[in-house]
Amino acid sequence: MSALLPALPLLLLLGGAACALLARLGPQLARWAALLSLLLAGLLLAALGLSFELGALQSSAAPGFAWRWEMAWIPRLGISLQLGLDGLALLLCGLTLLLGLLAVLASWGEIHERVGLYHLCLLWHLAGVLGVFLALDLFLFFVCWEAMLVPMALLIALWGHRGLGGRSPAYAAIKFFLFTQASGLLMLAAFAGLAWQHWLATGSWSFDYFALRELVPDPAWGRWLMLGLFVAFAVKLPALGGHAWLPDAHSQAPTAGSIILAGVLLKTGAYGLLRFALPLFPQESAWLAPWAMALGVGGILYGASLALAQSDIKRFVAYTSISHMGFVLLGCYALQASALQGVVALLLAHGLATGALFWLCGALYARLHSRDLARMGGLAPRLPRLASAWVFFGLASLGLPGLGNFVGEILVLVGSFAVAPLAAVVAATGMVLAAVYGLRLISGVLHGPPRELGPADMADLRGAEVGGLLLLGLLLLALGLYPQPVFELADSAVTQALAARGAP
Amino acid sequence: MSAALLLVQFAPLLGAALLLGLRGLPRAAIAPIGVGSVAIAALAWAWLLQAWLAQSGFGAAAEMAQAPSLHVPLWTWIAVEGFTVGLALQLDGLALTMVGVITGIGALIHLYASWYMREDPALRRFFAYMNLFVAAMLLLVLADDLLGLYLGWEGVGLCSYLLIGFWAQEPANAAAARKAFVTTRVGDTLLAIGLLLLWREFGTLHIDSLLAAAPARWGATPADPTLLLVCLLLLGGAVGKSAQLPLQAWLPDAMAGPTPVSALIHAATMVTAGVYLIARLHPLYALSPTALLVVGWVGALTLLLAAGAALVQRDIKRILAYSTISQIGYMFLALGAGAYAAAIFHMYTHAFFKALLFLAAGSVISALHHEQDLFRMGGLARKLPWACAAFVAGGAALAAVPWISAGFYSKDAILFAAWAGPTRAWWVLGVAGALLTGLYTFRLIFIAFTRPAPADAPQAHDAGDWRERLPLGLLILGALGAGFVSLPARYSLPLEDIPHPTALLLAQLACGLAGIALAWWLYQRRGLRDAQVRGWRAWARAGWGFDALYGALLVRPWQALAEANRRDVVDRAYAGLAGGAQALHRLVSRTQTASLRQYAQAFAAGLILLLAWALWQGPASRLASEVAPDVDSAAESAAGSPLRSPGGSTAASGPGPVTAPGTASAAEPSAATALAADRDTMPLAARGAGG
Repeated sequence: MSALLPALPLLLLLGGAACALLARLGPQLARWAALLSLLLAGLLLAALGLSFELGALQSSAAPGFAWRWEMAWIPRLGISLQLGLDGLALLLCGLTLLLGLLAVLASWGEIHERVGLYHLCLLWHLAGVLGVFLALDLFLFFVCWEAMLVPMALLIALWGHRGLGGRSPAYAAIKFFLFTQASGLLMLAAFAGLAWQHWLATGSWSFDYFALRELVPDPAWGRWLMLGLFVAFAVKLPALGGHAWLPDAHSQAPTAGSIILAGVLLKTGAYGLLRFALPLFPQESAWLAPWAMALGVGGILYGASLALAQSDIKRFVAYTSISHMGFVLLGCYALQASALQGVVALLLAHGLATGALFWLCGALYARLHSRDLARMGGLAPRLPRLASAWVFFGLASLGLPGLGNFVGEILVLVGSFAVAPLAAVVAATGMVLAAVYGLRLISGVLHGPPRELGPADMADLRGAEVGGLLLLGLLLLALGLYPQPVFELADSAVTQALAARGAP
Repeated sequence: MSAALLLVQFAPLLGAALLLGLRGLPRAAIAPIGVGSVAIAALAWAWLLQAWLAQSGFGAAAEMAQAPSLHVPLWTWIAVEGFTVGLALQLDGLALTMVGVITGIGALIHLYASWYMREDPALRRFFAYMNLFVAAMLLLVLADDLLGLYLGWEGVGLCSYLLIGFWAQEPANAAAARKAFVTTRVGDTLLAIGLLLLWREFGTLHIDSLLAAAPARWGATPADPTLLLVCLLLLGGAVGKSAQLPLQAWLPDAMAGPTPVSALIHAATMVTAGVYLIARLHPLYALSPTALLVVGWVGALTLLLAAGAALVQRDIKRILAYSTISQIGYMFLALGAGAYAAAIFHMYTHAFFKALLFLAAGSVISALHHEQDLFRMGGLARKLPWACAAFVAGGAALAAVPWISAGFYSKDAILFAAWAGPTRAWWVLGVAGALLTGLYTFRLIFIAFTRPAPADAPQAHDAGDWRERLPLGLLILGALGAGFVSLPARYSLPLEDIPHPTALLLAQLACGLAGIALAWWLYQRRGLRDAQVRGWRAWARAGWGFDALYGALLVRPWQALAEANRRDVVDRAYAGLAGGAQALHRLVSRTQTASLRQYAQAFAAGLILLLAWALWQGPASRLASEVAPDVDSAAESAAGSPLRSPGGSTAASGPGPVTAPGTASAAEPSAATALAADRDTMPLAARGAGG
């Protein structure tokens, strides 16, 4: 079974190439090829996940990793192609493939130019994301990190729209590229520094995750190496201060790009913190924790209040993402098992809810040819299905109990209240702000007297859209009322993230 | 038993799921599902009640302090390292009372709504939200864990939002809905922080475990700040949901919803959730006299302010809304006085008579084609006899007309408790409130029903059928007779032995009746009309200016801040960085002209600059290297000739030349000190030459 791991990203790479080739015969073929390869990858992941034995490997060298695969790559530097699947990776890969499928569906009626290249970019980006979630070699992780960047930048630049503020898609793509590239460089430096520390300690280079987790880096260097990683992940997350790329990228990207950016790409930053920054640098992370938590709380309030001032609905949703990711950062650096479990729940819930909101933004744009909140309103009677979905996911986004986001937020608050009550209390006021922005988002689009925006005979959501959104909604409901399976899957990763604390 | 309890909880939920899920449902099936699901829950409750009575009986009240409770675990909601919460239903006497009000009165209101909303195109959505509300409210009172309660707590808030904004094409209705949700969410957030604090202190949110552990923790230290903080945070949640000071301003606006919604959510059930919360956690509050004092004062002040505001409203629904705030204020007053059973008793009678008043108001509004202005009504007693009877019965209970109304028994219990409470001021405020209650209630009744109609009054047109009459009739019976029924709740709450002095009773009676008499004299006899209101009356009509205050203090500054930073200062900073780099690039790229002559000029200019620098630098460095040995030699002979050292005296105007002679002249003829002094001057001179 382990040998099937590399097939996950490979399927998407091959599928992407197939899309580009088949598009010459007809754009519809490319779409079906993309759908098929994502479905195949999903089946493969399901097969791997179903044969999962939780806790079976707790005592081994790689606790929690039910499946591992390794192949030599650059032995002289201790670099190998090493992939592993544990519960956390399984959850996030599942989210990636699910949202990938929805992204292909969302592109069905939206993308008509260079369809083959488009799906190639989409699938290659997703392959990079899968690689990020699966890689257990730091160098391979970096390669995958970079590999997801270029296709996404192309997606934004070539198929994006102009923002309400007049910024072009190319502007957003370049901004996205520069931010990620600059922070990625810091990450590479940090990884290389760790490998060098390994060389100093043992005489051999290594980029192996498990070997480096045993390493205690020189305190003089550890802080700087950790900061390099932290900055890279915090920009991707994004934390307050590193977030400037996100509103432009989200609002200028095509619908599928926004879904993937919000639903999947932001998760790689949080994943990096959970998988690498915390366990590789336990002491240094404890040192950084108060600052990182403050940054998280700042992000919650900053994102929420900026969201309110936006009139572009995609930009609006983008700023709410910043607010939610503030909770993620707060939870990560509370360094408590409950808070980290909350982070995992929040990652999934945010992916589902915000992915759905961006999909609906795309659906609204397709009908109204506008994303201007000031010109919308009164759509509830005209598009009843879309209105129901908009209300549901808007409520999920504002953290209504019973839906997934609440479970994540309350766990983050419980965990952080134990170590930093003030931070938790200030973060909790974000719940009020979330109500304000959530309701403005709902009301601004749906309520008030009907406007003349859009054609008179607008079609409501269609079958595939309803099906996809229903699936997302049910998953959010399940996550909100019975999140236990998620916690069990994520348990080993959470334990490992905190395991090294207290070691010398 | 367990099955019946599950039926109570899940029948309305199933109704909501069916109504939400089945878009193609025929219209004829909607009301039966919506009303039926709640009616089934009410029947299941009745069965539970008889089983409960059979077990404990009325006679054995004394032994029944620890009344049996029914516990039905559902599933583990969250279980992670360091935080575990299970979902379970628990039915005790208090919950049984609450469930009775929710399902019984709820079913009647649902039936009425099937008449009131008969022509609304979105009937399916309406009943779906109503059923969802009932399910959430039931979870609120049945949950055995505070996080489960919180799930219901936010659930009812959501349904309240959805139903206030049910006719959201009207922007004012949507705004009222948002205001209600956000204001109550402020309270909810305080409640959530209170839960975090409780979790940190006790490691559990299970209500019975908390209440068992709290006395051991705080029993000996009633002044513990954590205890007070917990109680006040939970109170924050309660005042938000129950529309008490200072979070009361949302409820009058919430009247934008359909009238059955006002009856069910904003009179009978949801707004009393705060009372339930404190009654449920009364062992915790009993530990902190300060917290109880705050609860009592919140109630006392709210009841008076809201009664004053009710007196000057023109919209009949707003009168009833302020009246609800005022009556819940009485409940808080009772809680603060430690009379928890009296608070729940008033909650129960209030549910009957206030639901009745709202439904009757709905009948009036419906008959007058959506006219809600009191001063455009009159003489309705003859045209709408059912509504009139309902208003008189409900008004009598609200004004606590002695012996024949339910409100009399519950309100007097509260006033007696207030008299026995920590301060007599509560009783005074309570009695003053009773006078105002009689006044504003019968102001409404006399103006709308018995006074002749004004010229511009719309024609009344009674379209009621049995779906309207049956709920009104049953609720009239309840409003008059519910006070005679002993409540199961008192088995879960401590029974206080409160004295009932007759003089007190007479004073309370007199005040209530005086209010009614005053109303008769002012509005029936003198026919007082609503002239231009000014001064305190205008202020009171605007709800004592809380909206304006919060707008000026919170809403507008924050909006201005958000608007000012609309373009994101962080983004601006990065844009500035990029802009700076671009400007530099433009500057430098301007030199790339591809003109050979310019390049040659630049080349020549550069060469000249370079040469000039070399020439200037050359002599300067030579000078320095020449002066330095000179100084050295000067140092050697300094002791002999203090005024020499030309390099130093010309180049350096600093202390060098000054100190050199000074130290030299002050120096003893000892060679060692002279040498030391000259060492000091040397680098100074050299520096002077170099500079």
